[in-house]
Amino acid sequence: MRKQILTFLVVLLATAFSFSQNPRKLPNIEVKTLQGDAFNISELNNDGSPIVISFWATWCKPCKKELNNISEVYEDWQEETGVKLVAISTDDTRSMSKVAPYINSSDWEYEIYLDPNADLKRAMGVSTIPHTFLLNGKKEIVWHHRGYVEGDEEELYNKIVELAK
Amino acid sequence: MRKIIAILFVLPFFGVAQNNSGGIHGDFDLSLQTYNEDESIGALAADEVMLNNAYLNLLYTKGKFTVGVRYESYLNALKDFDPRYNGNGIPYRFAQYNNDGLEITAGSFYEQFGSGLILRSYEEKKLGIDNAMDGIRLRYSPISGVYLKTFIGRERKFFEYSNGIVRGADGEININDILKLTTKTKALLGGSVVSRFQNATNPNFNIPENVSAFAGRMNIVSGGLNWYSEYAYKINDPIGSLIENNYASGNAITSNLTYSQKGIGVSLEVHRVDNMVFRADRDAVGKDLLLNYIPAISKQHTYTLVSLYPYATQPNGEAGFQIDLFYKLGKGNSIGGKYGTKIDVNFSRINSLNGGPSYLNDNISHQPMLISMKGEELYYQDFNIEITRKINRKVKIAAVLAKQSYNKDVVQQQTGYGIIESDIAVLDLTYKIKKGHSIRVELQKLKTEQDDGDWSMGLTEYTISPHWFFTIQDMYNWGNQNIDKQLHYINLTAGFIKGGNRFEIGYGKKREGIFCVGGVCKTVPSSNGLTLNISSSF
Repeated sequence: MRKQILTFLVVLLATAFSFSQNPRKLPNIEVKTLQGDAFNISELNNDGSPIVISFWATWCKPCKKELNNISEVYEDWQEETGVKLVAISTDDTRSMSKVAPYINSSDWEYEIYLDPNADLKRAMGVSTIPHTFLLNGKKEIVWHHRGYVEGDEEELYNKIVELAK
Repeated sequence: MRKIIAILFVLPFFGVAQNNSGGIHGDFDLSLQTYNEDESIGALAADEVMLNNAYLNLLYTKGKFTVGVRYESYLNALKDFDPRYNGNGIPYRFAQYNNDGLEITAGSFYEQFGSGLILRSYEEKKLGIDNAMDGIRLRYSPISGVYLKTFIGRERKFFEYSNGIVRGADGEININDILKLTTKTKALLGGSVVSRFQNATNPNFNIPENVSAFAGRMNIVSGGLNWYSEYAYKINDPIGSLIENNYASGNAITSNLTYSQKGIGVSLEVHRVDNMVFRADRDAVGKDLLLNYIPAISKQHTYTLVSLYPYATQPNGEAGFQIDLFYKLGKGNSIGGKYGTKIDVNFSRINSLNGGPSYLNDNISHQPMLISMKGEELYYQDFNIEITRKINRKVKIAAVLAKQSYNKDVVQQQTGYGIIESDIAVLDLTYKIKKGHSIRVELQKLKTEQDDGDWSMGLTEYTISPHWFFTIQDMYNWGNQNIDKQLHYINLTAGFIKGGNRFEIGYGKKREGIFCVGGVCKTVPSSNGLTLNISSSF
């Protein structure tokens, strides 16, 4: 039994490495809009400009700090690079209904989706939030960062600018 | 058998290895902790010296095909996890295919119907909750606006599965999509059924072998208004032998109404729960094999002392409501300041059902009143205000004031503690020293006459973007009436983050207490030792 599990994992890992050159795309997973409609995340679109995907929750302090800090410079970022930020709320039933009032009252101009049972979170290998992904114009994930401390948005901005060139 | 399954899962990887267009991703987490004996806080040493929790998730996707496995390792499980997590294994593996809108999953899956009143299979790793289903699931959307789901399976219990077989179906329709309406007002209707089969061998009583639960829901959205309501009913489900009125049926209702526009948001929420414990095994206890999820109708706090007395839903019976107000004072005036000021106000109150729930009652025909607050036993009440303000480019400030009443006897199933009344204040200051370098200080105080008395907490965090963080914190129970228990709980933490990798090392004392995520809680023993966490997302 042990041996089989081990063999199995070795095979999986070997396969993983052989694939490591492939561009990473968004999974084929449905999330919800604030209006309750289903939306397949692989259909995200920004007409060839970069997309930032940020996993957050209304109860997550550093997540809100990150999105508030970016919110202050978001207009400039959009003008300079055409980037779009998509915030995926991982709030479950307990706080999901508070997402819309929270973001509207905070003046966020982001595209918001709900992932109440963590389907997308799981599919993208997100174990802790905040977790921020950057996608190039071909919707390939080219960079990601976990956690947020003051100033992290500058690194993200530099990466976006590199892509937008 | 297992060998066959393993081969089946590995085969597709070889099959597609040639055309090189799929991808493997996943995440890994390793937690190690040493346990030193510390009599003062009641911490025990571990025989193993060091304990370990780890997992590796792997997902392979190619087009519409996905397979996934999770290897889990508990050698042995950390002390704040259930010891029945023991050894190594692959408790989670699945294959999924999507064919013209029909999604087929074989193996492990997580599923939620509506808000979860009758079904939520999910994972919350920090709590040790993982009630994944093992079986077959289908999802299908025949036309735009109609969504159907159905499954059959057994529920996961540590490294085993439930005796009971669980079947379920859920349908949702989007009225506007079906009728091709383009009105501003939108409506969604949904219904679900979950049924469990389990052999009944009780010689004295005729216990139902098939137990069903039903739920109906609706969601109406119009401009900034959003109204969601769901009602659930569970037919009688006596546990083991018959005690009291435990062949009562169960029901729950939840409803929330929110309104928001730029700068302001309001949320109102009520729920009422009567005998709604629903499991994949009628004899299971504690948090084992739960099928449904009824979240706490109170705010999920993040600061330590504001969540020192956290509420957990009493699924046997409770009624509660919650009001939230989110407001942003405008930029550029004297009150709002240069950058605006955010104010969040929250009030929640939960009490017992009138005359107790249907279940814990000698009177067979007992039906608790629909709504009753006056004179009922208070379970929890929380009034809190949170203010966040950016002073200038270097300084940010946040403050929380809270007043909480916590029925320790009910929430922790103890006797003689009564209701703990506490007042809490938190101040959180962030100062940006120079590019990439910031310091953050938290000062917290909790005042109460009961239980362990007053607490203070201080925290200092130094961060260097984008890689480093260092934290020192001290929780001090200076108000404990027992002088020997007026203790400091000091913790040091340092971490390094780069891309998808995160390393964290910590040393210190953890206080015995309740740790909650999403209103589901676990008791954590006191401990003293070194912790190491390495995690990776790829």
